[in-house]
Amino acid sequence: MINFNRFKLDNGLTILVHEDHTTAMAVVNILYKVGARDESPEQTGFAHLFEHLMFGGSVNIPNYDAPLQSVGGENNAFTSNDITNYYITLPSNNLETAFWLESDRMLSLAFSDQSLDVQRQVVCEEFKQRYLNQPYGDVWLKLRPLAYKVHPYRWATIGKELKHIEDAKMEDVKAFFNKFYTPQNAIMVVAGDVTLDEVKALSEKWFAEIPSGNIYERNLPQEPKQIEPRHEVVEAEVPVDAIYIAFHGPERLSSDYYTTDLISDLLSRGSSSRLYRCLVKENPVFSEINAYMMGSIDTNLFVVEGKPLAHISLEEAEKNIWNELEKIKTELVLDAELQKVKNKIESTMLFAELSILDKAMNLAFFEMLSKAEDYNLEVEKYNVVSPNDIQRVAREIFVKENSSTLYYKSKAKENVE
Amino acid sequence: MLNRSVAPAFKAIKNVNLVEPEKYVHPNGLKSFIFQAPELDLIKLEFTFDNILLKEELAILNPVLSSMLKEGTHTLTSKEIADTIDFYGAFLMPEYSFDHSSLTVYTMHKYVGNVLPILADILQNSVVPQEELDTHIRNNKQSLQISLQKNDVLARRFFYNEVFKGTRYGTLPTEDTYDSIQREEILELYKKQIQPANCNLFVAGNVDESLKKMIGEMFGQNWQNSTDLVKVTSLNFDSYSTKLFVEEKADALQSAVRFGGLTINRRHVDFPALQFVNTLFGGFFGSRLMKNIREDKGYTYSIGSFVGNLRHTGFMTLASEVGVDVTQQTLEEIKKEFEVLRQEKTSVEEIDLVRNYMQGTLLGSLESIFSHVDKFKAVYFSGLDINYYTYYSDVIKNMNPDSVQDMAIRYFDYDKLFKVVVGKI
Repeated sequence: MINFNRFKLDNGLTILVHEDHTTAMAVVNILYKVGARDESPEQTGFAHLFEHLMFGGSVNIPNYDAPLQSVGGENNAFTSNDITNYYITLPSNNLETAFWLESDRMLSLAFSDQSLDVQRQVVCEEFKQRYLNQPYGDVWLKLRPLAYKVHPYRWATIGKELKHIEDAKMEDVKAFFNKFYTPQNAIMVVAGDVTLDEVKALSEKWFAEIPSGNIYERNLPQEPKQIEPRHEVVEAEVPVDAIYIAFHGPERLSSDYYTTDLISDLLSRGSSSRLYRCLVKENPVFSEINAYMMGSIDTNLFVVEGKPLAHISLEEAEKNIWNELEKIKTELVLDAELQKVKNKIESTMLFAELSILDKAMNLAFFEMLSKAEDYNLEVEKYNVVSPNDIQRVAREIFVKENSSTLYYKSKAKENVE
Repeated sequence: MLNRSVAPAFKAIKNVNLVEPEKYVHPNGLKSFIFQAPELDLIKLEFTFDNILLKEELAILNPVLSSMLKEGTHTLTSKEIADTIDFYGAFLMPEYSFDHSSLTVYTMHKYVGNVLPILADILQNSVVPQEELDTHIRNNKQSLQISLQKNDVLARRFFYNEVFKGTRYGTLPTEDTYDSIQREEILELYKKQIQPANCNLFVAGNVDESLKKMIGEMFGQNWQNSTDLVKVTSLNFDSYSTKLFVEEKADALQSAVRFGGLTINRRHVDFPALQFVNTLFGGFFGSRLMKNIREDKGYTYSIGSFVGNLRHTGFMTLASEVGVDVTQQTLEEIKKEFEVLRQEKTSVEEIDLVRNYMQGTLLGSLESIFSHVDKFKAVYFSGLDINYYTYYSDVIKNMNPDSVQDMAIRYFDYDKLFKVVVGKI
């Protein structure tokens, strides 16, 4: 349970305040409602590149990081397909420094050519380090366009290719800022050793004069229902084969989202989970196997991925996964097993409340999704899921026509055989 | 009118207040440390053992033993242990580091009575079933094969193998060593290592009287030592190569760069000052290495240096992954940064920034009672107590251009570092 207060500035900026005086720190978390899904197909990776540029100096402050570090603070940010989230942690008596820095870059960036030049290179190196120069690193560059044909989820946050990043121009950077980085497209959460009055006064002082900007109406092409199984094979210099099966699943706001999330827990959370028990331990087919939801806002992906043992073919591995999926479709899950994954949700939520940063991020995310109050209803939404719900949703999702299967084959292994 | 070009006034960063645990020595030699947080619904118990080695070159057995602890006892199968732990929403995590192995459980307070008997059984009655051991080895060999495709992993292994050669720290698993593991060795190690006289138990959360009693009986009395304790002797380290070693990877898009060497550890009076200079040099986003090699040149996504504390030594290491076309330039820039650090006086402004950053990070690292445990463990295992943090803060506060340079000359010698590049140069 996280308590908070909400208020809104005239320019449209929403601000939430969560007081926790057990810490001497404060968090300022700003979520901008823009992610890779808002990019043009010809300029992918731009939201993430832009995140890097947000640290390249703002209109009145040439250097973002140093003044924050000078008062004992730290910051970071991440971009997903749905959102871009920036956060600062600092000693609470220096809270105003965070307001000064964040308000200036919401007002306007410096748009320095040097920053754009360097960050283009840094992001290209990040692209190589995480996606191109790693075994299996490019899986999502293959799997997303296999599973999504229309929705912008068909490209990864890093972008489709290095060239899109290399080609980024300053005029695009400015247009992106003006379109998305407005007070009404942002949610700010201030948490920790702070008071509501103090946050109200600082917000008025630093953020109120920022022009509200234009409203951005999101109108994304939605993914049509998949009607045929999809299959792709890639070969790469990896020592071990891997298989990925992606199914379309419910949107984040659907009540079936919770059911689907629990299905992934039944299949793969902890050492007692079904896939681990059956396919790693009792009937060893895989060295590792996982099932999880992407947690996207629009139509989701439910992914099962695994690395079969050396003597197991990908066809056989796939068959074994389907056997487990069939079980969850045909046999009602026992109450005790369902209760087990619900108990894990309950304890996980307790962990999330140990950190003011986690609390701030969760409030911002739920405020963006629907309203922050809904965060406190999460446990209950999981708790009402019944064995029949599990079976019904499993039957909807786990069908071949809803699946995209990627065989990631080892070239080395082929040569040996 | 608001003047946005002027920063708000800086306010001094508060000192940290660390929790001093309640300490107990139990009849069987177990030492327990209790960190109270009565408002918390979670309990953490961490059983920490000094690593006991059958032989230095058999260091691979210790992490395997650690993982095998939850794979079966005389009365419970691997599946029964997993089912019960998961049912109560608990988390059971074997962990391994160079000097210690631990078994940690997190559980909701209301289920602690259901979860602890499993821990007691594991600590006294593990059997390491052959079939479970085979599964573990098979799966770990496969993930090792994958890791060995990563240039950064290879570079790190070259570093450990060379700098710590002949010791447990430099003994890394290979497919062959996995194949040679015998169940009898793991059982012998279990007997020698997993006993109360070799254990420190850290408990954090709402530890009421009834829980204390349960812990005392279950772990302080009923758990018996199985054999005499082997004392950990000191280790000797040989000299290591300081020439640049290049492992060529024809298809690499990036090179993994890794430097490193031996240095002092936390027991040495200079350690906080060394950590200060390391932070300034490569220990945070605003460090010299990051500013130069990422934020100015754009050669990498990340570069950093790190000072590690081990029981028998300390070490310093530096790592990055950089484009193959700029690998040579990166090496030159790193060398230049070492020279500048030693030869030029650091400005007071830069020292102030690093000082405040480190004080803020220390304050921020105390998030919940669990982080107080970590802070305590760090000094306790170095034979120090929590007053160390007062000393640490004093040193950080008093750093100045002379002491920074003094530390740089003493501990930041490019010529004394092992250097490896995996990729292309």
